[in-house]
Amino acid sequence: MNNKHTPLFHIRKRGMLKWYQVWKIRLIAILLALIVDAVITTLVTGLNPIDVYATIFKGSFGTPRKFWVMMQNVAIMLCVSIAITPAYKMRFWNVGGEGQILIGALVSAACMILLGNKLPSWLIIVLSFMLSTLAGAIWAFIPAFFKAKWNTNETLFTLMMNYVATQLVAFFIIKWEVPKGAGKIGIINQSTESGWLPTIFDNKYLLNILIVFVLTILVHIYLRYSKHGYELSVVGESERTARYIGLNVEKVIMRTLLLSGALCGIAGFLLVAGTNHTVTTTIAGGRGFTAVMVAWLANFKPLGMIITSFLIIFMDRGAGDISSNFGLNASFSDIITGIILFFIIASEFFIRYEIVWRKKENKEEPVQEAPIDETAKATLDEADGKEE
Amino acid sequence: MFDFLAFFPRAVAQGIPLLFGSTGETLTEKSGHLNLGIPGIMYVGGISGVIGAFLYENSLPSKADANPFLIILIPLLSCMLGSFLMGLIYSFLTITLRANQNVTGLALTTFGIGFGNFFGGSLIKLTGSEVPSIALSTTSIYYSKKLPFADKLGWFGDLFLSYSFLAYVAVAIALIVSFVLKRTRVGLHLRAVGENPATADAAGINVNRYKYVATCFGAVIAGLGGLYYVMDYASGVWSNDAFGDRGWLAIALVIFTTWKPDVSIFASILFGGLYIIYLYLPTGMNLSLKELYKMLPYVVTLLVLIISSMKKKRENQPPEGLGIPYFREDR
Repeated sequence: MNNKHTPLFHIRKRGMLKWYQVWKIRLIAILLALIVDAVITTLVTGLNPIDVYATIFKGSFGTPRKFWVMMQNVAIMLCVSIAITPAYKMRFWNVGGEGQILIGALVSAACMILLGNKLPSWLIIVLSFMLSTLAGAIWAFIPAFFKAKWNTNETLFTLMMNYVATQLVAFFIIKWEVPKGAGKIGIINQSTESGWLPTIFDNKYLLNILIVFVLTILVHIYLRYSKHGYELSVVGESERTARYIGLNVEKVIMRTLLLSGALCGIAGFLLVAGTNHTVTTTIAGGRGFTAVMVAWLANFKPLGMIITSFLIIFMDRGAGDISSNFGLNASFSDIITGIILFFIIASEFFIRYEIVWRKKENKEEPVQEAPIDETAKATLDEADGKEE
Repeated sequence: MFDFLAFFPRAVAQGIPLLFGSTGETLTEKSGHLNLGIPGIMYVGGISGVIGAFLYENSLPSKADANPFLIILIPLLSCMLGSFLMGLIYSFLTITLRANQNVTGLALTTFGIGFGNFFGGSLIKLTGSEVPSIALSTTSIYYSKKLPFADKLGWFGDLFLSYSFLAYVAVAIALIVSFVLKRTRVGLHLRAVGENPATADAAGINVNRYKYVATCFGAVIAGLGGLYYVMDYASGVWSNDAFGDRGWLAIALVIFTTWKPDVSIFASILFGGLYIIYLYLPTGMNLSLKELYKMLPYVVTLLVLIISSMKKKRENQPPEGLGIPYFREDR
């Protein structure tokens, strides 16, 4: 056989990999990314790479306080990630997490400010929880409605809704600013702590973390075992199939986005009532976008997101520590995270495809037949399964 | 009283970065790739230009020694190189490795904004120089030079000639790109690749090459928007996050103009105007109203989005293959 006309390598689809093989590829990617990150950090700061990782580790685990702050951040990140997941499983590109969080946060703050001295604290908490959930849901419902009715581009719609929400928050900040002209609201109800989530076991973050944990389990169950969860993944896989089997696609889209937005609203509530006790235009802090990557990395599986959000926050806080130790700009962590993301994104390729190098010398090329065999086998297996 | 003569040039100055961004994104989307990394690319374009200019200005013994040719060329080239590399990362991941375009784009934006803010905040410390802030006034003088006869032509000069060369470059690029897309064979091939890569492939068009070239060119064009913003609009002063959400608005403009760069020339000026109109609207004693006025560009985008989706005209639809990776053996 003449090698001249065979390319040096070619690419073919893999069959399904076992989960540990998938994670092996991902781990290699993360390791490579960490090496590249270490090299860059060394170039910028002059630290040796081992110290770099020691610093990153200390940034997250150095003191109990740092540990709990990190866990709190992981919890919020996780909350946003599970929030956007139902939408993404349905292939609805909701990049409006940011705005849905903001609007939830705004409503929580509004409850605390307007009802602060009029109602008991527990009632404020219940009210602001419900109202911010509702607000987030409405904020996500608007683009969903137009997507369902007229197929309006949801990526841009949700994106623009972020800015509308930001300006709305900016408007109310000036309305409620304390003192007048300060341009910010400051800690709400500092003396009475009314509307603040209670501290349990002497730990002011633990309740947040528990709430998010429960939500994660619920979303997992919803997606995996409920009829709704099944329907939305059918719509995601193929809208035509969904219509063919008689699903009301419009209804599924709107229902799913109501859920997605509601969960983002809860994240906003947790940020205001449970963490910051104030509202700013940057309170969401890009989480709506980072969550897309966290959720995607975990293959949109809520339980996997516990790991991926931990990974992202861990690197983020560690890199943050490096930059503050060296008087560098805090955005250093974005660069570090960005590089890790690039590597993981690239690694997905090697999970789905494999590279077949040109065989040496005059061997017969078995390559051409292999993928056909595999698919044929898969189809056969499937058929067998059905017969049983 | 509303002063149009003062308002229009400011709207144009706001619109030029959007024009660069939307032209670049249109070119990219025509090849079937939705690049949500444009905001990040524009940051990188801006900061790369700043780094180039900063190193050059600081290498000079005195500011008067600046070579007018080099002082334009060095930031320009470093800006183009920076945004080209960003485009290359995106192309490699989405074209060769067929990664999810939205995720890659978002990661690119995270990375790019981080890159811009990091070097913007740490450049002085990293290079060990002794200046208090990044203020590239010398470079900016050259970059914001108006056309020579602008002052002599009265209102006509003010409205049409009072901009720096990059503004005219932006208009020229938009016209060229729209000409190439509409009237040339290369443009036809590119549109074929974006609409249906499999068919284009069957017709003997090198799909991946077209995709790579369009994406990288698009990135370079968008990056110039960042450069214009820093060097001209912000008079050479880099401040972190100042560029803001213009990158996202540029992507919105692409849909607003239904993938037509020539329309984008007017649309981006319109958006530039909407972006600053809050400065001109009366608020009375209620300053918080300004924050609501700032919603205008986004609300207008939303309305356009909704209306254009309701109309569903065939020629106003996105490229058929937008967002879908192409794998020859996948059929």
